[in-house]
Amino acid sequence: MTPQFTWEAMSFLSQYGMLLDQDRLEDWVQLFDPQAEYKVYSRENEELGLPAPLIWCDNRAMLSDRVQSYRNVNEHNFHWARHIIGMPQILHAEPESLHFQAGYSLFQTNLEGETRTFSVGRYDFVCHRHAQALRLQRAWVIADTGLVKTLLAAPI
Amino acid sequence: MRIDWPQNDYSRVPYSVYHDPDLYQLEMERVFRGRCWSYLAFEAEVPKPGDFRTTWVGDTPVVVSRNDDGQLHAFVNRCSHRGAQIVREVSGHCKTDHVCIYHRWCYSKKGELIGVPFRRGLQGQGGMPADFDMQAHHPKALRLANYHGVLFGTFSEDAEPIESYLGEFGTGMIKRFMHKPIKILGYTRQLIEGNWKLYAENLRDTYHASLLHEFFVTYGVDRATQKGGVRMDDRHRHNMNYAFSQSDTQTQAQEAYAGISGVELDRMRLSDQKILAYRHEFADGLNLATPTFFPNAIIIQINNSLSSRQIRPKGVGAHEIFQTLFGYEDDTPEMTRHRLISANLVGPAGLVSMEDGEAIEIVQKATRRETASHSLVQMGGLGPIRDLEHRVTETPIRGFWSYWSELMGMEPEGGIR
Repeated sequence: MTPQFTWEAMSFLSQYGMLLDQDRLEDWVQLFDPQAEYKVYSRENEELGLPAPLIWCDNRAMLSDRVQSYRNVNEHNFHWARHIIGMPQILHAEPESLHFQAGYSLFQTNLEGETRTFSVGRYDFVCHRHAQALRLQRAWVIADTGLVKTLLAAPI
Repeated sequence: MRIDWPQNDYSRVPYSVYHDPDLYQLEMERVFRGRCWSYLAFEAEVPKPGDFRTTWVGDTPVVVSRNDDGQLHAFVNRCSHRGAQIVREVSGHCKTDHVCIYHRWCYSKKGELIGVPFRRGLQGQGGMPADFDMQAHHPKALRLANYHGVLFGTFSEDAEPIESYLGEFGTGMIKRFMHKPIKILGYTRQLIEGNWKLYAENLRDTYHASLLHEFFVTYGVDRATQKGGVRMDDRHRHNMNYAFSQSDTQTQAQEAYAGISGVELDRMRLSDQKILAYRHEFADGLNLATPTFFPNAIIIQINNSLSSRQIRPKGVGAHEIFQTLFGYEDDTPEMTRHRLISANLVGPAGLVSMEDGEAIEIVQKATRRETASHSLVQMGGLGPIRDLEHRVTETPIRGFWSYWSELMGMEPEGGIR
């Protein structure tokens, strides 16, 4: 495993988290392939071998629909998000694709400055190279925090 | 303790009911340990002898366990010795007995105390008094009823038989959902910082559905102009919101929603429509059916997503919504996939359900210092509580309070039932 892959995965995760934290969700969607899958599910279900997700988009159009609904339709608790993403572990690397995992913590801060831990868990991402950059083919977000506080509207 | 109901038809609800810690303690006794049945779990979650699952009745931890003879039992998850939790896993399979880790007291799969280490002492020293009777120290057992695969429990010897408790309405709806063996698809959990009764009311408030959950109307999933209504049992404790898909016209809906701020009919379109796809699967033709069961449960069908939700009170100011998603044993892999895609609509991240968490929390926050004031519950009319052939109503909320007050012994003079 060359340091190059780790560095690439780290840069990608840093961009992924920053776009979410800056509420640039439309740009975040562009990190995905048109056929990419985005799935958020609990570690509880994963360990029970049960398939129920919290969010499951099996292509980028569905993900865009989610973001559009978030922007225009769904009511949610006003907050800022902050993702703290750990060092990725490269599981598989080829010249054109990269499979890696990383732990994340997601904090929510309300508009009066009060912060709570909203979700911790891990990313399991498969990316491939597209025009020099990495793009997601599969993004699984496995939340240890299966107990969702209030509601889950913005993506993790 | 009493409640000052401003009206005898429960069209005014004092805010103190969401905040008073003494009232909360009383309702854990009089409602959750009173003469009603609480939803525990599905039988499909404990299919084999030895299987168990932990659940809650109010804020009492309960174990549902299947004995070697196949019988189901429910008992309080507390060791008779020093009060420790007996079962610590959320669910699982017990090979021999349930053993409390603290002093290794041993409980059968029926929830009976069957073993006390060093009971006779060691070498003539120590041990329990000679007359210690294990039979007198079983954990508290619940009466358990298995109604077509849905498990209910009660602490009360006086609770009526489950069929009569559920009534024609509830038994009919359970048979509808459980008409063939179900398959558990998984769980979601949501922690809402609000009193548990705000959720129970929310489930009985069909008025809010197409307004708070704007997705319904914006993407044309459900709108109040569709043919539908609300039904209740004779005692108005259980209720249901129902609707038939595509039973209204575009013109009717446009006229109805014209001018409502924040809700605009068919304003947007999904680029991927499969999340809204509905495959006809029930003989009654309903694509929305939401029977609630007093005090703590609902079974929800929204299109082809099927689930139960259990209200788990966590003190006076919070509750967990524990959702169990299911399909049927004979679903094809493709149908299971469709149900899981439909499940994007429900749960804590559900496109037509997430808002309940926020709505309840902002009520809890804003009413904390206004406990002498009250809410208004009169959409759909005042006075008698009855079924309606429309959904612009909050009447079932009044039904909830009527039965709750009866159990609590806090009915107003001449309180309607």
